[in-house]
Amino acid sequence: MYAPQLEPMAPRLYRIQRVRRETEDTFTLEIAQAGGAVPTRFAPGQFNMLYAFGVGEVAISISGNPGTPETLVHTTRAVGVVTNAMSHLKPGQVLGVRGPYGTSWPIREAEGNDVVIVTGGIGLAPLRPLIYHVLEHRERYGKVVLLYGTRTPEDILYRREIEQWRGRFDLEVLITVDRATGHWRGQVGVVTKLISRAPFDPYNTTAFVCGPEIMMNYAVEGLQKRGVPSDHVFVSMERNMKCAIGLCGHCQFGPTFICKDGPVFQYDKVERLLAVREI
Amino acid sequence: MEVLERAELDGLLNELKRRGYRLIGPRAERGAIVYDPVETSDDFPAGWQDEHQRGVYRIQNSGGNALFDHAAGARALKHFLIPPRRLLWRAHGGDSDFTVETPRSTPPHFAFIGVRACELHALALQDRIFIHGPQPDPEYKARREQAFIVAVNCHRPSGNCFCASVGSGPAVTAGYDILLTEVVDAGRHYFTVAAGTVRGQEVVEVLGLRSAEAGEEAVAEAVLQEAETALTRQLDLSGLREVLLGAADSSHWESVAHKCMACANCTMTCPTCFCATVEDTTPLGSGTAERWRVWDSCFTTDFSYIHGGAVRKTGASRYRQWLTHKFASWEDQFGTLGCVGCGRCITWCPAGIDIVEELDALRRKRQQKLQAV
Repeated sequence: MYAPQLEPMAPRLYRIQRVRRETEDTFTLEIAQAGGAVPTRFAPGQFNMLYAFGVGEVAISISGNPGTPETLVHTTRAVGVVTNAMSHLKPGQVLGVRGPYGTSWPIREAEGNDVVIVTGGIGLAPLRPLIYHVLEHRERYGKVVLLYGTRTPEDILYRREIEQWRGRFDLEVLITVDRATGHWRGQVGVVTKLISRAPFDPYNTTAFVCGPEIMMNYAVEGLQKRGVPSDHVFVSMERNMKCAIGLCGHCQFGPTFICKDGPVFQYDKVERLLAVREI
Repeated sequence: MEVLERAELDGLLNELKRRGYRLIGPRAERGAIVYDPVETSDDFPAGWQDEHQRGVYRIQNSGGNALFDHAAGARALKHFLIPPRRLLWRAHGGDSDFTVETPRSTPPHFAFIGVRACELHALALQDRIFIHGPQPDPEYKARREQAFIVAVNCHRPSGNCFCASVGSGPAVTAGYDILLTEVVDAGRHYFTVAAGTVRGQEVVEVLGLRSAEAGEEAVAEAVLQEAETALTRQLDLSGLREVLLGAADSSHWESVAHKCMACANCTMTCPTCFCATVEDTTPLGSGTAERWRVWDSCFTTDFSYIHGGAVRKTGASRYRQWLTHKFASWEDQFGTLGCVGCGRCITWCPAGIDIVEELDALRRKRQQKLQAV
């Protein structure tokens, strides 16, 4: 899907249409290409390189609806110099964009199967395009289950949207938090605990997992215990990234380049690597 | 095969200059032999020889006439084709609006003189990354495609060279426009000449050289034989990939890390190491921001930084990354080994770490482990 560019490192100008505060330290930017709404087609799971003028560039997953590519949506945590600068941007201001890059969640291959999504914290962001796609083509999939864990109830991303999803009869949403604060009356514990009681047919399931590596390892273990085969489990990986086009070497994860061979991997292809420390 | 007398060498250089090439060749300067701009054949390091050991590099003048009496110097050709610092683009404006310009000038036309077989193999490896991958690097591609190569067969490999083990030398077999073999014999100093490309042939024809006599060809052949004989270091490649992949949790990495200073010299001098970072400059009032591509090394902590900290915190994991990349994962990525056996990383390691020894040690430890099972 990626076509070679003449100037692969030069960003295109996108204008911010909307800024949304999600949680205390996360925010969502809705952007559109400056000078006309040229659709930026992407597949769920892909990412863009976002550039804050004079500050720097970071890899951020796309978290919007692939069905409405006129607007690009990115949710990120203000955690470094660049993302902090981005968190101060306002509608009308601009960002540089390169992309979309990388592999995507196998939405076609998953058709006919139950869909199980296991994610934690901001790991939900790269999965939201998948959820949009599945809900828009609901008849193509079996049961759909979202298992989502955060540190506290205040860290739940896209809260209003999740509440809407929870109201649907064709979608099972199970939420858990590490630490109950305020008036939380829901589940407390790690997200992987939800796997054992989630309603899906393990032999006909495609699972999508995104979160910290340790969480993904436990999630896969839980899925395997239920009987989901490793080649039906997909994970999204993260590493330092400077070019996103396979030329800077930073995102190497064993023999793979996360920017072009990932970020989405079939689990059995990276199982060996995930077991190695500091790889 | 033709013959180029030493006195005719400037004729070749002048012809290349006449064709618009900037000449880059070996020079002895500040105690080292490095590729740098040259004007005439007098710039070449006549008589200079180099001594390489683990963590040791010395040059001394033998008083002889040979111009290419040395092994690989510290500076590889990547210095010119994918330079240490390069401006990628400049942006004008600010957070409210900006434009991006990519200041791509006509690529410099380099003619590299005195290129060794290991260096040519390194170029071929970098071509696979920067030209033949899904996204070429436009600047590398432009510079590389223009480059004219005058290779010179190696006749004095260093103590750290092991090119024969990885199939990259010492004899030049491909990748050149013109190939020279230097002969200093019985009071004579000449080069045998072979053209490898059409444009190489054109240059040779302009020079109007005479054909080599059988005796001259035989002497040149002997020079190559001598180099092969002198090349004694060997690296056992058999099953090396499995050795490395099976050594992910080996304690040996820790023992290397005790010596390794993570100075990145090995990666900077390595002719195939290609990693880079980007540096964004912040405008101070000018409204102009820039992005530079700058060589980087997997030995730095920053290299693997993601929110929360570096993935490869320990020296052991960084050394493992480098060595495993060169001799195992490079194959998955680009279909070849990532090493050309030039020995630079051994010479320029201030701690004298020797990859051949480290790989052998990893192999021994694996064999011990397998026997113990």
